[in-house]
Amino acid sequence: MSRTDMKKKAEDAAGKPAPFGPDLDLGAYSAKTAEHGKVASLKELHAEVGERALSVGIDAGEECRQGSFFQMDHSVVFSAAYQSGLEVMDITAALEKYDWLKEHWWKALTADVDKYTAQAELKPHHGYFLRALPGAKAEFPLQACLYMTQEGLAQNVHNIVIAEEGSELHIITGCTVAPRVRSGLHIGISEFYVRKNARLTFTMIHNWAPDVAVRPRSAAIVEENGVFLSNYICMKPVKTLQAYPTAYCVGENATARFNSILLAPEGSNIDVGARVFLRAKGSRAEAISKAITTGGNVVARGHFIGEAEGVKAHMECRGLILSDKGKIHAIPELEGSVKDVEMTHEAAVGKIAPEEIEYLMARGLTSEEATAAIVRGFLNIEMKGLPESINDEIKKALRMEETEGGL
Amino acid sequence: MERLLDVRDLTVSVGEKRILRDVNLQIAKGETVVLFGPNGCGKTSLLKAIMGGLEYRVESGNIRFKGKDVTGLAIDERARLGIGMAYQRPPAVRGVKLGEILRFCLEKRRGNAEEELSGLARKLNLLDFLERDINLGFSGGEIKRSELLQLIGQSPAFIMLDEPDSGVDLVNIHLVGQAINELLEKDKAAAKRGTAGLIVTHSGYILDYVNADRAFVMLDGTVYCSGNPRDLLEDIRTKGYEGCVQCRGQI
Repeated sequence: MSRTDMKKKAEDAAGKPAPFGPDLDLGAYSAKTAEHGKVASLKELHAEVGERALSVGIDAGEECRQGSFFQMDHSVVFSAAYQSGLEVMDITAALEKYDWLKEHWWKALTADVDKYTAQAELKPHHGYFLRALPGAKAEFPLQACLYMTQEGLAQNVHNIVIAEEGSELHIITGCTVAPRVRSGLHIGISEFYVRKNARLTFTMIHNWAPDVAVRPRSAAIVEENGVFLSNYICMKPVKTLQAYPTAYCVGENATARFNSILLAPEGSNIDVGARVFLRAKGSRAEAISKAITTGGNVVARGHFIGEAEGVKAHMECRGLILSDKGKIHAIPELEGSVKDVEMTHEAAVGKIAPEEIEYLMARGLTSEEATAAIVRGFLNIEMKGLPESINDEIKKALRMEETEGGL
Repeated sequence: MERLLDVRDLTVSVGEKRILRDVNLQIAKGETVVLFGPNGCGKTSLLKAIMGGLEYRVESGNIRFKGKDVTGLAIDERARLGIGMAYQRPPAVRGVKLGEILRFCLEKRRGNAEEELSGLARKLNLLDFLERDINLGFSGGEIKRSELLQLIGQSPAFIMLDEPDSGVDLVNIHLVGQAINELLEKDKAAAKRGTAGLIVTHSGYILDYVNADRAFVMLDGTVYCSGNPRDLLEDIRTKGYEGCVQCRGQI
């Protein structure tokens, strides 16, 4: 489809509400902001920015990172890759450099999905292009930060990530706002292409503010023997966050795995799912969602669609209710249309069982210590298939959230 | 001998149901006492009431431990005073590792736990279980050993064991017996021991491995009679619990 046709589709969808989550008034957010100048190193960023970035797994010192991308509001202030075979670029620049890239623009999903994808097409504000060339194996992750500094701003980014044939790529993406920012809108389109025998791990950590609205829209296409791992962590207040990332396993033995850890304090409304179309023989999927409410609302969705022989998939939704004010709604869905598919799910939502607390108290833990140990355990998931360095980053981020969040 | 536990006229309800009535039980330091009784007679309830389970509402009577009235204390306060319990059917606690709890117990006592931790786990054949969620998917025997391992970590002065012999195979029962003897300091003369034990068993199987000083029979929520453990067990075998109680009368 030509760029003009896509624009036209986006224009037609500009008023189209999403099927899930409250409908947002896009006009309520400002589209204009001052440009930020480029920096030669992430260390040049203000200490306050560095601190916030660190809370979402972005290290300004670039310790154990093989590349970084940093966008502030509508300006890409830094992008660099340090290993041959890895590319980190502003998507706008990448589209100019690589003519073939436009074939991947709105290929995994389309601009007319809803008003948010439409807005990203009609009012684009950069985004990142991350790529591992064929056979390149990244030992350490690339990091990408999307940062908002202006109150009430809309930030619409469009990212493309490609793990070429036989490559291995790890990404940590952190999205956050400056400490004084209370409200804003973040729309993030992400298209992932995992080629034959490639492996892509994508870990996204969000740290928003009480009046920020967030609408990520992402989709992954996974080819033969490819592995796509997506981890999502959101433990800080957010007014409304709705996302339903989708993976298409289109090649034989393709694998897609989603993990999410969500905490909804009072005032937060989170609606996050994981959808996988298992379209090729032997493809695999796993989705594990862990949600805690301390007063906010969480909808945890999952949807597997098994359309090929020898498909295996498992889904787990766990919800922990720590306050009577909050609500967790788990909606796991399995859909099979051929004989030889094996898809299962388990879902459990509830408070901590009193007998578990009593049991730990009998070992000398106070009631608070027992509760904390159980909550910590609930959040502590070893994300399978992730390099140790990324698991460490996740643990670090969770520890920060636990302490700061008073859990 | 110094009295460690003193339960007087204890009547306890769970919800609307009275499950213990007028229980009297005294245990001295250095003693090992066995509690026999049919299923559902209140043995586990008595242990949980002594431990301080929230559901177990004391209607009358009291529990004194080391001379102090602990009737109104929370479970963790009782645990810190030195009351410990091995559960018959402990809940699985997802996300909390056996090693984490053992480390907690050991650190409370002596600061550094690391060296001791694996040594103790190895002894109870649980080295591979330290990183596992506590009781999740554990077999019957593994649960017994894990309970004892935690108690050894806690090192309580008063040790309650709820059916330590049920569902344990021949190989494991040795290990379980050894661990109990260690906990109860059976290598020392009774007068020199700092601990005491209360063992609930309905089969009496554990008595082949652990020597007990006295036994009680419990029936319908109360403790009836006391005597030599082997004699009592023999009476129960030949006359049944009711017969045994009738013959010996209420204490």
